[in-house]
Amino acid sequence: MSKQNPKDRLYSRDHEWIKDDDKGTVIIGITDYAQEMLTDIVFVDLPEIGKKVVAHATVAVVESVKSVSDIYAPVSGEVIDVNTRLEETPELINQDAFGEGWIVKMRLDDAGERKMLLSADDYDEILKEEKS
Amino acid sequence: MDLIFEISKPGRSAANIPASDVPAIDIENTIGNKYLRNELDLPEVAEIDLVRHYTNLSRRNFGVDLGFYPLGSCTMKYNPKVNENVALLSGFTGLHPYAGTEFAQGNLQLIYEMQKYLCGIFGMAEFTLQPAAGAHGELTGVMMIKKYFEKKGRKRRIILIPDAAHGTNPASSALCGFETVELRSNSEGGVDIEHLETLMTENVAALMLTNPNTLGLFERNIERVAAIVHEKGGLLYGDGANANAFLGKTRPGDLGFDVIQLNLHKTFSTPHGGGGPGSGPAGVSKALVDFLPVPRIIKKDSTYSWSSDFPDSIGRVRSFYGNFNVIVKAYTYIRSLGAEGLKRATEMAVLNANYIKEKLKPYFDLPYDRVCMHECVFSGNRQVAESGVHTTDIAKKLIDYGYHPPTIYFPLIVPEAIMIEPTETESKETLDTFCEAMIAIAKETKENPDGVKNAPVTTPVSRLDEVLAARKPDVCWKKI
Amino acid sequence: MDYCPHTPDDIKQMQASIGVANLDELFADIPEKFRLKQLPDIPAALSELETMSVMSELAGRNKLPQLTLTGAGAYHHYIPAIVGHIVGRSEFYTAYTPYQAEISQGILQAIYEYQTMIAHLTGTEIANASMYDGASAMAEAAVLCSKMSNRTKIIVARSVHPEYRQVLRTYSWTNGYTVIELPYEVSGQIDLNALQNQLDDQVAAVLIQSPNFFGVIEDVALVVDAAHKKGSLLVAGFTDGTSLGILQPAGTAGADFVVGEGQSFGNPLNYGGPYLGIFAAKEKFMRRIPGRLVGATVDKNGQRGFVLTLQTREQHIRREKATSNICSNEALCALAAGVYLAALGKNLKRLAELNIYKAQYLKNNLLELTGWKEVFSAPVYNEFVLSCPDSKKVNKKLKKQEIIGGYELHKDYPELKNALLFCATEMVSKEDIDKVVDIIR
Repeated sequence: MSKQNPKDRLYSRDHEWIKDDDKGTVIIGITDYAQEMLTDIVFVDLPEIGKKVVAHATVAVVESVKSVSDIYAPVSGEVIDVNTRLEETPELINQDAFGEGWIVKMRLDDAGERKMLLSADDYDEILKEEKS
Repeated sequence: MDLIFEISKPGRSAANIPASDVPAIDIENTIGNKYLRNELDLPEVAEIDLVRHYTNLSRRNFGVDLGFYPLGSCTMKYNPKVNENVALLSGFTGLHPYAGTEFAQGNLQLIYEMQKYLCGIFGMAEFTLQPAAGAHGELTGVMMIKKYFEKKGRKRRIILIPDAAHGTNPASSALCGFETVELRSNSEGGVDIEHLETLMTENVAALMLTNPNTLGLFERNIERVAAIVHEKGGLLYGDGANANAFLGKTRPGDLGFDVIQLNLHKTFSTPHGGGGPGSGPAGVSKALVDFLPVPRIIKKDSTYSWSSDFPDSIGRVRSFYGNFNVIVKAYTYIRSLGAEGLKRATEMAVLNANYIKEKLKPYFDLPYDRVCMHECVFSGNRQVAESGVHTTDIAKKLIDYGYHPPTIYFPLIVPEAIMIEPTETESKETLDTFCEAMIAIAKETKENPDGVKNAPVTTPVSRLDEVLAARKPDVCWKKI
Repeated sequence: MDYCPHTPDDIKQMQASIGVANLDELFADIPEKFRLKQLPDIPAALSELETMSVMSELAGRNKLPQLTLTGAGAYHHYIPAIVGHIVGRSEFYTAYTPYQAEISQGILQAIYEYQTMIAHLTGTEIANASMYDGASAMAEAAVLCSKMSNRTKIIVARSVHPEYRQVLRTYSWTNGYTVIELPYEVSGQIDLNALQNQLDDQVAAVLIQSPNFFGVIEDVALVVDAAHKKGSLLVAGFTDGTSLGILQPAGTAGADFVVGEGQSFGNPLNYGGPYLGIFAAKEKFMRRIPGRLVGATVDKNGQRGFVLTLQTREQHIRREKATSNICSNEALCALAAGVYLAALGKNLKRLAELNIYKAQYLKNNLLELTGWKEVFSAPVYNEFVLSCPDSKKVNKKLKKQEIIGGYELHKDYPELKNALLFCATEMVSKEDIDKVVDIIR
């Protein structure tokens, strides 16, 4: 059973969440549903700090034993921090996908792009459809 | 079991080196210290310990010679021992690849005739035996497709690949700079013709098709599929991994395939060797002959030689000529069986697969209930729903019954897939006992799921931690 | 000779069980027009006795030489008796890829041991379970370097094996890379100045071989230095693995990837294959390298065991994002190599020394012949290049005595006229060498 999708943030169709950190910066991770699908995560390929990404480009890669998943930047921007704890303990994503398992922090190019993202309720709907 | 390093003891050795019959030289001064290594840390074991170590390791390994090995898509047929003996003949093992062609006429004749036999069996114009494995043959094939369009001055960017395809297909395409687009299967497990019609444009270089496909089903619409691709000037690539299904029955060349690759270690009985060596010949239609890798064999009167005088060739894909000793075994197999024997092999392979399919279908979900070819694909979904037992558990339980499990979780389009390929070299009794085991497991799944989930219990190790192996990889032993 | 156990009775029962009247019904999916009316044109089937006879006769059409003095990428070394007996065990050779780890601990552990020995021998930290051969291993290393850095220039020394460079060209063309070849110095080593001139921020990798095709030992550390200064990676190859018994491995000198041909480790000449691609690297590349990897782990009861690991690098998972499409490898050849290395152990150094002595003896004696000259001045292992008045004539004389002479270099290096590349391993005796010199004289 996936954990509840917190209402304090936005979501993408690729099962990522994006949460405001400070003005213009956001934290990005994958949802609990996503980590369940991936099963035990063994490795996270984190980007370099300073890397610029456009929306929908791959910003990180998450590997489980039997699969590989690209994590797409939900919006365009620059990577300003990465969760280095994932290097030693990738399972943090499995344990606490919405909290300790955050993946990158980005400074956004264009605040307007967030309009393309989904609310927690909308994301819940998508999950309902996928599971049926 | 201890590692070889753990039974090593300084001063021991297995191989001895003869004393030198030529003068020794001062290596440190001649070559220079800076080019010499400081330490050589290899095991030091006596020969008897070495033999016991590897013999005991072998007893922890399951091969076809031990028991039924119905690994779908791998064609684990019996490896004839006469082939092994032939391959050990010094005439075949002893020549340096650069021995002049005067020394190697037997080898060259074998390669030449092998190419001809394969052309006849598969309906292609010419073959190359250079690729070292199926994936290598695939890469070679896709390279030739790329060259074909380059020669025409056209840049086609896309290769279409069915959703049921083996991972090497998209990998090979991407490695040649093509973009891969996924083609849907229809409800019968064949190509979704409408989807193909939408996808097939003049930007598509080729469609890569496995026929029969990875579900073990023959593409009934192959003529239409080939026509759609060819109409737009594209090429049809055939992944020949499943060739055991149609030897002597039909030929990919006749079906419209322009390029194919074969797996000698599957269809032509050469041993799998624990993962290799294999051999992956690539065959082409007339339109692509010029692009074959060099060197190629030419025959003049009754003399054979190598020639690289083919300006449009894609070049070389490996050193020397191919996995020659593997080719020797496959050639021997073809000579042993003859055309009748190859056809019978296919007939019995298909008979065996359908026999198993019918016996097991009351107990396991069969996503495509139609005549299959040399392999059948079940789904473990029913068992998952009934008691949370997954395909992987069923596979592990089969180990306790003394079998190598079938292929699992492939193809990806069948959830909890169980792909069974018995091959033709298995008797009815073997198939019956195997089915009994599968049925017993299906029963146990209902009545005692934990008994299945805890399997295997008869092996030296059980349920290895793959997560740990991937999180903290240890691929090289280190002395503590 | 047929390996199907089916009796007519079996077939009848099975057909009934399936619900078909005859075998043709099972092939009904093949459209009528494509069903073969005629069987392929292959010679008639043979009994086992006849098979053996036919194949022996074919093998007999080959001529085994009295002596082979050519190396050039494939080497005649002694294979200890134990190797054949181990790889001939059907538990090993009739097994498939060890995806079901519980019943494949044998080959998995053997390959883990092989990986360990290769990593040590090459002076690196990790080695995979094998590639097809030295040439494709080198090409795949170049492709990987390019994909990791997004740079598309590959620099390769001309002194790298000609066939390895050809394979590199093919793989480079496929990927749209530019290949730049570098000349060699009079010493036979790579021209470092030329290297410096060609290095820029578009070079993904520099490829060298040591000992190189001329048998000359390269100063790998210098080349590593030059490459790394410009942010390029260094791929060092080798063709005779026994050289690692005595020479400093490229890994120790700082190479990022060490690739090469493992045929010398317990695998027969086999007219060119199957051979053994060795692929080793620094640990930091572990999650990117191609090929299978065996890893140690524990099972549910805490017992040590081995599994194929990091499979997410491979084609069956990464599919179009894989950096290689390799699936089947040369596992049995790697097993042979592992047994060979474990059998020789530290004696590999003695073997390497013996090779050096033999090569020196052959070289010194040939140099006494009129008009024979040393072409390169740098130190060599068991191969060397000499020029002579008429290389074709020399090899012709030797061939008459059923001896395979030196490899003629001018086909691949037009500037090296009448130059021969000779190899002497432990399989060449003093008598052999004395006889060869007499024949040529």
